[in-house]
Amino acid sequence: MQGESSHAFGLAHHFDSFDQQREASYLGMWVFLVTEIMFFGGLFTAYVVYRSGQGAAFAIGSHELDIVLGSINTAVLIGSSLTMALAVWAAQTGRRKAIVAFILATILLGGLFLGIKVVEYSAKFEHHLVPGPNFHWQGPEAPGVEMFFNLYFLMTGLHAAHMVIGIGILLVVAILAWRGSFSPENHNLVEGIGLYWHFVDIVWIFLFPLLYLLGRNIQV
Amino acid sequence: MSDTVTTPPRRKHYLNVDYGIKSWLLTQDHKRIAILYLISITFFFIIGGVMAALIRVELATPLGDLVEADTYNRLFTAHGVLMVFLFLIPSIPAVLGNFLIPLMIGAKDLAFPKLNLGSWYVYNLGALLMVAALLRGGTDTGWTFYTPYSSTFADSEVILTALGAFVVGFSSIMTGLNFIVTIHRMRAPGLTWFRLPLFVWAHYGTSLIQVLGTPVVAIAILLVAAERLLHIGIFDPALGGDPVLFQHLFWFYSHPAVYIMILPSMGVISELIAAFSRKRIFGYKFVAFSSLAIAVLGFLVWGHHLFVSSQSIYAGLIFSVLSMLVAVPSAVKVFNWTATLYQGSISWQTPMIYALGFIGLFVIGGLTGTMLATLGIDMHVHDTYFVVAHFHYIMVGGAIMGYLGGLHFWWPKITGRMYSVFWSKIAAGLIFVGFNLTFFPQFLLGYMGMPRRYHAYPEEFQILNVLSSAGATILGLGYLLPLIYLFWSMRYGERAGDNPWGAYGLEWETSSPPPTLNFDEPPVVTTEAYDYLSLREKKLA
Ligand code: HEM
Ligand SMILES: [Cu+2]
Repeated sequence: MQGESSHAFGLAHHFDSFDQQREASYLGMWVFLVTEIMFFGGLFTAYVVYRSGQGAAFAIGSHELDIVLGSINTAVLIGSSLTMALAVWAAQTGRRKAIVAFILATILLGGLFLGIKVVEYSAKFEHHLVPGPNFHWQGPEAPGVEMFFNLYFLMTGLHAAHMVIGIGILLVVAILAWRGSFSPENHNLVEGIGLYWHFVDIVWIFLFPLLYLLGRNIQV
Repeated sequence: MSDTVTTPPRRKHYLNVDYGIKSWLLTQDHKRIAILYLISITFFFIIGGVMAALIRVELATPLGDLVEADTYNRLFTAHGVLMVFLFLIPSIPAVLGNFLIPLMIGAKDLAFPKLNLGSWYVYNLGALLMVAALLRGGTDTGWTFYTPYSSTFADSEVILTALGAFVVGFSSIMTGLNFIVTIHRMRAPGLTWFRLPLFVWAHYGTSLIQVLGTPVVAIAILLVAAERLLHIGIFDPALGGDPVLFQHLFWFYSHPAVYIMILPSMGVISELIAAFSRKRIFGYKFVAFSSLAIAVLGFLVWGHHLFVSSQSIYAGLIFSVLSMLVAVPSAVKVFNWTATLYQGSISWQTPMIYALGFIGLFVIGGLTGTMLATLGIDMHVHDTYFVVAHFHYIMVGGAIMGYLGGLHFWWPKITGRMYSVFWSKIAAGLIFVGFNLTFFPQFLLGYMGMPRRYHAYPEEFQILNVLSSAGATILGLGYLLPLIYLFWSMRYGERAGDNPWGAYGLEWETSSPPPTLNFDEPPVVTTEAYDYLSLREKKLA
């Protein structure tokens, strides 16, 4: 059924035109991103609720985060969004090699972000700041600080998981691009992963101030 | 496939284009995927039903003599989890919606056929986790997984069951996403939004809830699993955590989720009422928008589950008022259905019996819901059998009636065969009587103060409990019958023809069963939905 003679190459059997296929794929991606917002939204709600009860402990917690590495990572991620946007542009203008190059750059920057995250995580591990039986903190605010780190690891962990998935998909898309699967009228996959990548980026843009910056001005 | 000269040419349709297990397990045809779902959910309905039967046998006597308290907890948890997550939530959308939405809007398939198939596999993966949990002894938290019991104290398979619900949630999201995009982008030429069948509107509202709500319960459940798995304390008061936060996150989804279960059913009822009164639905636009109103308002009322969970009195008041507001769009639907019946030419076919049964039972479920939304009354009956009766009137009396009505209505389209009219009417009657006998006594029990989720009770409650258990037997029989005669009809039933009910709608214009790509000629729509008037004039001419 797939290769009906009247159908152009790359147009799925149940669509009538490339326009319809493209609009369906964009809308699908946007709806998916809405579900992602709700998904992260649950965690952000937990953060807001707990922070409103224990602001002081959360301020102490944020002092334990490495603001230099966090800032570098923010820059790295914004840079990766730029290369991603360039890859989409290359797809729109039908430059095969440029798509591959920009996607590889995006993957590289994403990998760098995750690498820096690993460095941060292992420092927390060494300082016994990973919640659970090995968590160790002296002082009256210990429970609140542990809660802060609960949320820190859950939120950045979930974010990092999204990055890993994104990088995996980018690899596939890069291979497809190399094989010449995309054309100016049919490159929905590139647009789709682009939207996803920007979304993951934006999540970090919220995570960074919430976790690293808020409360840092308070002397503890 | 090669054509042999000797056999007469057979009409190709979606069931006979291909045989073999692979052609089913790898199919991207929405109609076949609907059948796959039908098989899965029927299986879990039966298992969940067996659990219910055990519960009712236990409750036939005041003493806890059949099972121990702990086993009983695991039974009603399994019953609730299976029925809600594995049966009722996917029931109408994934089976009837999957099958019908592309047909009703004149499309060849859903927008994302692979995603559709994927959702079925994801569903089964989640189901597998839940079954594994059951085999390892089950879970005892109730289907609500309330913290801190679930996160800190429960000594049962919480993680597996919770992860199962998490995974199944994604199949629900996939279905909802697919429907939204399909309804937006795949409609036939001429099929404007206000020409859509109300079934499609109802599914649009349902999909919105699935997409907006399910991720929230997913994260809440994930947090419980993480708390148990990693020994961290997200809902642990010792760390300043708040167990009630879980209830908020849970009900933020799970209240809208009850509309995931009832809205599609309301969509079915609109189709049935129109078809069997031979009239356009009265106030079409009001019914269409009431689906959206329910979807939106449904997100603002979750606090009515927390009236006694340390929620502030002001929050309670607001949630109380908002909850009553949801009754308005629901009532709009009921009034408009009744107005449609007025002076219609009503025929008492089996699906119509279900539709009328739905209206009666849903009204009782809805009215008692409004009672429960009244703060003062809820203080008294919270966590009693009154609540159990209320939600069964909606979920079983409403949603399942709609599901069965729809299944009987579109069965000839799905299989090309007609079932036994006699037996199907008997079954519909048994289900209606059995249902009321099972659950009406529970209203009285709850009002008298019998709490839910206990395996034993004081002697004065026995008569009503015995009535309820007797009703459950009749109800079980009523559910068994369709299983038999529908199966039977697939082989021995009469050929139904393309439009056995003389109903209006694109799905009735194609052959039964439909061809793989649904229509031989791409349809073009020029009329309103339910244009029975012109259908009659055409016949007279
Ligand atoms: C075959 C007919 C059914 C019977 C006889 C039945 C019976 C029962 C009983 C006796 C309970 C109370 C357990 C307790 O708390 O002590 C219960 C709970 C429940 N039932 Fe059903 N049920 C039936 C069908 C369904 C269906 C189809 C659904 C699907 C939505 C459903 C959903 C639930 C839920 C969500 C609970 C609450 C579980 C809990 O929180 O304890 N039931 N059922
Ligand atoms: Cu509710």
